[in-house]
Amino acid sequence: MTTGGRLLVALAFFFVVVCGVTLLALSTGYQHIDWNALRTDETARTIFFRLRVPRVALGLLVGGSLAGVGAALQALFRNPLAEPFTLGVSGGGALGASIAIALGLGASVAGVPLVFLFAFAGSMASIAIVYRLASAGSVVMPGSLLLAGVVLNLIAVSGILLIQFMTDYTRALQILRWMVGSLDVVGAGLIWRMLIFLVPGLAFLLAVTRDLHLIAMDEESAAALGVDVRRTERFVYVASCLIVGVSVAVAGPIGFVGLIVPHAVRLLFGEDLRIVIPCSILLGAAFLVLADTLARSLLGASELPVGAITALIGGPLFLLLLSRRQRYTAI
Amino acid sequence: MSAILTAESLVFSYGAMRVIEGVSLSLTRGHFCGLIGPNGCGKSTLLRLLSGVLSPSEGSVLLEGQPLRDIEPRARARRIGYVPQQQSRVFPFTALELVLTGRSPYTSRFRFETSRDVDIAMEALENVGATHLAKRPITELSGGEQQMVVVARALAERASLLLLDEPAAALDLKHRAQLLGALQRLREERELTVLVVTHELQMLDASFDYLLAMRGGRLVAEGPSQDVLNEKTLAEVYEDPGVRAHRVEGRTFVWSEG
Repeated sequence: MTTGGRLLVALAFFFVVVCGVTLLALSTGYQHIDWNALRTDETARTIFFRLRVPRVALGLLVGGSLAGVGAALQALFRNPLAEPFTLGVSGGGALGASIAIALGLGASVAGVPLVFLFAFAGSMASIAIVYRLASAGSVVMPGSLLLAGVVLNLIAVSGILLIQFMTDYTRALQILRWMVGSLDVVGAGLIWRMLIFLVPGLAFLLAVTRDLHLIAMDEESAAALGVDVRRTERFVYVASCLIVGVSVAVAGPIGFVGLIVPHAVRLLFGEDLRIVIPCSILLGAAFLVLADTLARSLLGASELPVGAITALIGGPLFLLLLSRRQRYTAI
Repeated sequence: MSAILTAESLVFSYGAMRVIEGVSLSLTRGHFCGLIGPNGCGKSTLLRLLSGVLSPSEGSVLLEGQPLRDIEPRARARRIGYVPQQQSRVFPFTALELVLTGRSPYTSRFRFETSRDVDIAMEALENVGATHLAKRPITELSGGEQQMVVVARALAERASLLLLDEPAAALDLKHRAQLLGALQRLREERELTVLVVTHELQMLDASFDYLLAMRGGRLVAEGPSQDVLNEKTLAEVYEDPGVRAHRVEGRTFVWSEG
């Protein structure tokens, strides 16, 4: 089968998965909702359209975006363990968002909440540091990149602790709740505002999948084949900051979605980044919504933080990949 | 005899370190040229400048009379195939997928390779004797097998000029001869021009028309292979008075007594 044909099959497959998971998520919850009741019952309608639909929509958006960024960062750095969380981009965004919450910056600039902008700036700072480290030598040291990410995360977490310590009780609690990562928000208005960031971010990523496919094999060969490597890098950095910044600001630092999902797609449909990136967006959407459905249904009335669930699945998988070095030579 | 590529007084530095100090050269269409010189003398950097992956800080490279920097990168890739010496191998792409990227300069951004591109890629693999590797993940190939695959990618670009950085370093005798034979055939069929960086002095004079020798970022000798592969010139190039060169049956065997 040609690559184009494989992409179509893969997209169709993951589209069905997304639809299935979405239906499951919409019909699962503490309040059982009868599909027929939606037409007649006002309470059921409120729960469904005000709470459940926005929550599922948020899960689809955040999950898809994080997984797409993860796939792109792995290709760009030629490192199968790269993703927003392990590179410290999420940590930077979280620190930015915490500062905004602590300062009580509930205001918006031209409809965009300041928390988004602060998280965006934090992610940008992190990726600038990662970029400096990555471009210091002609060869990227994969180990040092991840080490830098870990340290950036530690710095961010310490910064957040310090802010919690200094701010007043209610805001500290607000930061703590948000830090665990949760999709429990929101309202449709916020989702529209997120799209201002996510749509251009995802468009950037999808525009450079061909270049990333070549860069994932070898940077110098890609340049020889006519890829503008520096421009592709800038596209991915800006896209990552837009996506990770806004995702972190709304849902907290949800880790490992960007790590597991691209690998699952690779196992099923091969390494071609022109397939891996768009399909990761679909599977990431399904994965986070599924994790969130588990988070809000496992314990009945009370709710688990979704970030903890993705980390509990993703952390062990990270270790498993680390132990299978021979498959990926550059860990 | 027309020049396909000329370089005029190229200068290049990595930071404060000057690596190329005023190199001028000319590659004749249909010729096989070898580039030799001691480790760290700037051979690979010169190849990068000629391929357009790096831009010189002074001087210019002309491809068929046209400045390389004025040629759109993908159009350049259709005319110059460049195989770097070291390449990262992280993800288990198949060998065929890697060779197919040689077709990307012919494929627009949101399209995929056609079945004709697959045919060209398979033909390129056949040229280097690596058809059997097509479905194998590149991360599981030996160093020599990887070299055959990346040369196949350069062939799949259907460029008229190939710049190869030590393409045969990890190849066994048989595959080295096979690669050289394939390049010779392509020279006859398509007037292919090849510039090869190599330390394998033995393979040079039987099959190469012209040799360039570098030392310390400059060209210090050039000419037909007999003019370069002799004890006096090689001793200067490698700064090694122990160099011995011996001609047997039209080939020069070179070694050093240190």
